[in-house]
Amino acid sequence: MALQINGKTLDTDEEGYLANLSDWEPEVAQVMAESDECDLTDNHWEVINFLRSYYEEYQIAPAVRVLTKAIGKKLGKDKGNSKYLYQLYPYGPAKQACRYAGLPKPTGCV
Amino acid sequence: MFRKKLMYLNRRAPYGTIYAAEGLEVVLIGAAFDQDVCMAFVGDGVYQLKAGQDTSGLGLKSFSPAYRALGDYDVTRLYVERESLEERGLDAGDLMPLTWEDEDDDWAEKSSIHVVDRAELTRLIDAQDVVFNF
Repeated sequence: MALQINGKTLDTDEEGYLANLSDWEPEVAQVMAESDECDLTDNHWEVINFLRSYYEEYQIAPAVRVLTKAIGKKLGKDKGNSKYLYQLYPYGPAKQACRYAGLPKPTGCV
Repeated sequence: MFRKKLMYLNRRAPYGTIYAAEGLEVVLIGAAFDQDVCMAFVGDGVYQLKAGQDTSGLGLKSFSPAYRALGDYDVTRLYVERESLEERGLDAGDLMPLTWEDEDDDWAEKSSIHVVDRAELTRLIDAQDVVFNF
């Protein structure tokens, strides 16, 4: 599979995750979201940016349970819960948001 | 639900074989199952926790930072065998600082690393339901 961004072709794996983390740019998230018929709001971007900095620090994409807890600590309890995160990312907050963020599939998501 | 006592026993240096990286991956995946999990580091396995590793000369991604996520995954007990450290000229001060936050103690930051002697580690291994050997 591949993704067309700004005239470039970016490789993805069979589940749609970017093959090369360094290929990511914000348009990647936009294009992926459009094909899921999802409008990216500031709240969506907050999670994407959070995941990118988490990966930067720990070199892993967090499991949903870990993401929920970490978001709660960083952005407040009203955002660190499954209901809020599933409203933003109905396909699974860790899986879907990690894909938009250009990260691999979360470690520990089963 | 009955929680099994699981130990992930790490015996190999971090790079050169895939055991350490795959073992860590299994720990992080297994953490989703809410069991009573600990890790142990013996022999060359103690090198996995050594601070200041640089893999740029190997052309491999460093997975050392991922050990720091273990606390987020509720893996909060990492036993390191004292004799293995000493045999390699290391002590606790050479290891990465790894911590976890205790939710029941006002999120106090506590060290995950426990240096134990061989006899104590033997008792710990004995007390497990399952030992995964990497």
